[in-house]
Amino acid sequence: MAIADERPIGFGRMKRKEDPRFVRGQGTYVDDVTLPGMLHGAALRSPLAHARIASIDTSAALQHPKVRAVITGKDLEGLGLAWMPTLSADTQAVLATDKVRFQGQEVAFVVADDRYAARDALELIDVEYEPLPVVSDARRALDAGAPVIRDDKEGKADNHIFDWEAGDEAETDRVFDDADVVVVTQEIPFQRVHPCPLETCGAVADFDKVTGKLRLWCTTQAPHAHRTLYAIVAGLPEHKIQVIAPDIGGGFGNKVPIYPGYVCAIVGSILTGKPVKWMEDRTENLTSTGFARDYLMRGRIAADRDGRIRALRVDVLADHGAFNATAQPTKYPAGFFHIFTGSYDLEAAYCTVKGVYTNKAPGGVAYRCSFRVTEAAYLVERMVDLLADELGMDPAELRLQNFIRAEQFPYTTKTGWTYDSGDYHATMREAMRIAGYDELRREQAEKRARGEYMGIGVSFFTETVGAGPRATMDIAGLGMADGAELRVHPTGKAVLRISVKTQGQGHETTFAQIVAEELGIPPEDVEVVHGDTDQTPFGLGTYGSRSTPVSGAATAMVSRKIRDKSRLIAAAALEVSPDDLEWEKGRFFVKGDPEKGQTIQEIALASHGTLTLPEGVEGHLDAVAVYDPPNLTYPYGAYICVVDVDAGTGEIKLRRFIAVDDCGVRINPMVVEGQIHGGLAEGVGTALMQHIAFDEQGNCLSGSLMDYLVPSSMEVPDWELGETVTPSPHHPIGAKGVGESANVGSPPAVVNAVVDALEPFGVRHVDMPVTPARVWEAIQTGTTESPQ
Amino acid sequence: MQINLTVNGETAAAEAEPRTLLVHFLRDTLRLTGTHWGCDTSNCGACVVLVDGEPVKSCTMLAAMADGHEIRTVEGMERDGTLDPVQQGFIEEHGLQCGFCTPGMMLTARALLDANPTPTDDEIRVAISGQICRCTGYKNIIAAIRWAAEHGEEDEVLTSPGGEANDVVTSPQGEGA
Repeated sequence: MAIADERPIGFGRMKRKEDPRFVRGQGTYVDDVTLPGMLHGAALRSPLAHARIASIDTSAALQHPKVRAVITGKDLEGLGLAWMPTLSADTQAVLATDKVRFQGQEVAFVVADDRYAARDALELIDVEYEPLPVVSDARRALDAGAPVIRDDKEGKADNHIFDWEAGDEAETDRVFDDADVVVVTQEIPFQRVHPCPLETCGAVADFDKVTGKLRLWCTTQAPHAHRTLYAIVAGLPEHKIQVIAPDIGGGFGNKVPIYPGYVCAIVGSILTGKPVKWMEDRTENLTSTGFARDYLMRGRIAADRDGRIRALRVDVLADHGAFNATAQPTKYPAGFFHIFTGSYDLEAAYCTVKGVYTNKAPGGVAYRCSFRVTEAAYLVERMVDLLADELGMDPAELRLQNFIRAEQFPYTTKTGWTYDSGDYHATMREAMRIAGYDELRREQAEKRARGEYMGIGVSFFTETVGAGPRATMDIAGLGMADGAELRVHPTGKAVLRISVKTQGQGHETTFAQIVAEELGIPPEDVEVVHGDTDQTPFGLGTYGSRSTPVSGAATAMVSRKIRDKSRLIAAAALEVSPDDLEWEKGRFFVKGDPEKGQTIQEIALASHGTLTLPEGVEGHLDAVAVYDPPNLTYPYGAYICVVDVDAGTGEIKLRRFIAVDDCGVRINPMVVEGQIHGGLAEGVGTALMQHIAFDEQGNCLSGSLMDYLVPSSMEVPDWELGETVTPSPHHPIGAKGVGESANVGSPPAVVNAVVDALEPFGVRHVDMPVTPARVWEAIQTGTTESPQ
Repeated sequence: MQINLTVNGETAAAEAEPRTLLVHFLRDTLRLTGTHWGCDTSNCGACVVLVDGEPVKSCTMLAAMADGHEIRTVEGMERDGTLDPVQQGFIEEHGLQCGFCTPGMMLTARALLDANPTPTDDEIRVAISGQICRCTGYKNIIAAIRWAAEHGEEDEVLTSPGGEANDVVTSPQGEGA
């Protein structure tokens, strides 16, 4: 086909279908939605991290001429809505009733004629607080006498949330006790960070009293799951709830949970009978919505002198904030942290995770990663580097010596994951080739001799993404399978309806390409509908790199259903047996007579026309599919980072970053590369600057983009990408998902590079974010300890 | 108060409170929602528009201060059905993902190219350094602007009314860096 020469039908580089509207400023984000008579909401937030609420006086606010309603926790109590369930089977206050538990917590909600008036009225609400002692450090949360944060929970006498373990402790102990071993122990915190999508969170709620229908435009990565939760929480009938996720200005996990503001907008609309818009500002976004990480990890690694890594143990103290609002599959309170064995063939592994409450914002979310995979990858990749240092081995060589070998796949880890496919050695060697690894080491040696501090950081990560098999994975009881519906119209144009929701990943393009690959319908002839629960089949949404592994698979499967049906229709049209037909992309033809055939467009017309259909074949060319993944997928990659450190100032210059990703089959390489670029920038930001910090009183010190630093164009290098392709054996098109890989793999590469640069000073570890101040301090002290 | 200004070549007049920020005036009053609101501290640049040809963070400027001035927003980049080379470049080079930073980035790029039609990659980096993108890692934004430079029209002043080429300055604000 001529068209295939210019632009392949199916997979390949293709410009995005989304872009024409975005470059014209014609995207529709939540804050762009304006409805007739729409009012504006704003939340009053607690200035204190822990305090009892003695009284709330809203009378002055209610007298403001533009104010239509003021809602407090007491009002919500009357509706049974003062508390809502979190995604982790905990409860979270919608508006505080008894006390506030973190700075920035929602205390009251004003509905007014415009957004300025709503903010004005917040100033008129008088709240009397009685301050309480604060738990701002997770290490103190379980101290005897620590203030009990969750005294709303009956019988709760401490700040403990859960204990969880994975692996075999006895076997791990046995290997550690074995004679010929080197053991390295290190505390490795992963600081609290925030995904900080450029668009903050918000909603427009429109409740129609006559029809009883609630329409909610919302910044959500999971519109269907949200709809069901609203039905359960608010008691609204689910068929009367329509959640619409319009264009989303980045999510990165921040837009997975349900936030109090959404619920208040809904209540505001029900109370006033008008649509209500709530759009948080940046400070509200950073201080109250889903943070990520905040894991205090203590790692121990055991190895033989010859470099064989034998066992790994990690003990984690997890800070979940004031409400356990972690977003992850229900049976996994620490997410998928037990992939901390990484890419290595170990004899034994064991981890414990202890979750605690603190007076901080609730979370945590999976920030551009599958649940807790970033923490796990950082831990193991730092430990391996520490071991390399201890053994006096090159970190790349140590990794090559211990990787799971290609012939071992599928490989079951000591903590129970079954990795689907991989050739880690090939990917690592490709990264070393692109980097010119040996040459870099020579350059480093020369520079060290001159007193210049250049560092080369290596990391290798394996992710577990695409959650997940519904037998073992659910969120709030909802199995993690996703639906897809495909309608091929009479003229051969198609509409694909999917459950997942792009926040910039380009689903409207890449999912059309999957249909195109399977059916030969050009991608421009496939309209992808998503983000509207009335228009799309049920599914759990986009996070944890699950769109391509789950919904992409559903799209391939529904396309194959159409293809199977097309065979029967083509056979009827051509008056041959279905078995006599052969498929080429876009067309069935008669075996041995290739001229005689039917294109998918001709079949579509026939299916809607007057052709006499075979027994049991219904008219039209539509199908639905629900994909229940048999396993997760395991993308991986090798990253090499080169830094130059100014020993006088501690300044770090990121000179090069090489990323070789293997995400299986690449649907649109342009989009894949874009995803990797973005993940690298966020990972570099995490390593070098992003930090949600608190003081002892629980004041958030990172409440604006002046304090919470994210990378600009000046801090990131010109990314150098490479690829290897090892298809997933169980995914219908062999794809693995890639949106988050680079954010998982890059932080350890950066930190390893900085520590490598500082090796002449005896520095073995520097905590993230690796700021110039921390580097300078490490140079002065050769510190290996983690500052608080 | 009444505010009179020129937006994308057309005169506009509307009432607004004196405290109204230009970004909200453009979005809520004039319904030009292509200009976005991403922070409150002039760090993110999602709200960048051109004021007399110069990139300005419209969350930092009162609508009243724009009275009598020429504003250009993303909605005014396309001319007679033809995309500005900057817009085309962002499509060609995958310079956007979620699209939220894109209007501001493109307008800064337009101002840069008006002042310096053949910027180096480092000059492009500096020009956009006061604006944040969370999706692209910047590489493809730089490529998109380079594409526009290579495919741009000779006389861009025509598309930038009120902006003297040698007056156009990009002003990186490094707090977010």
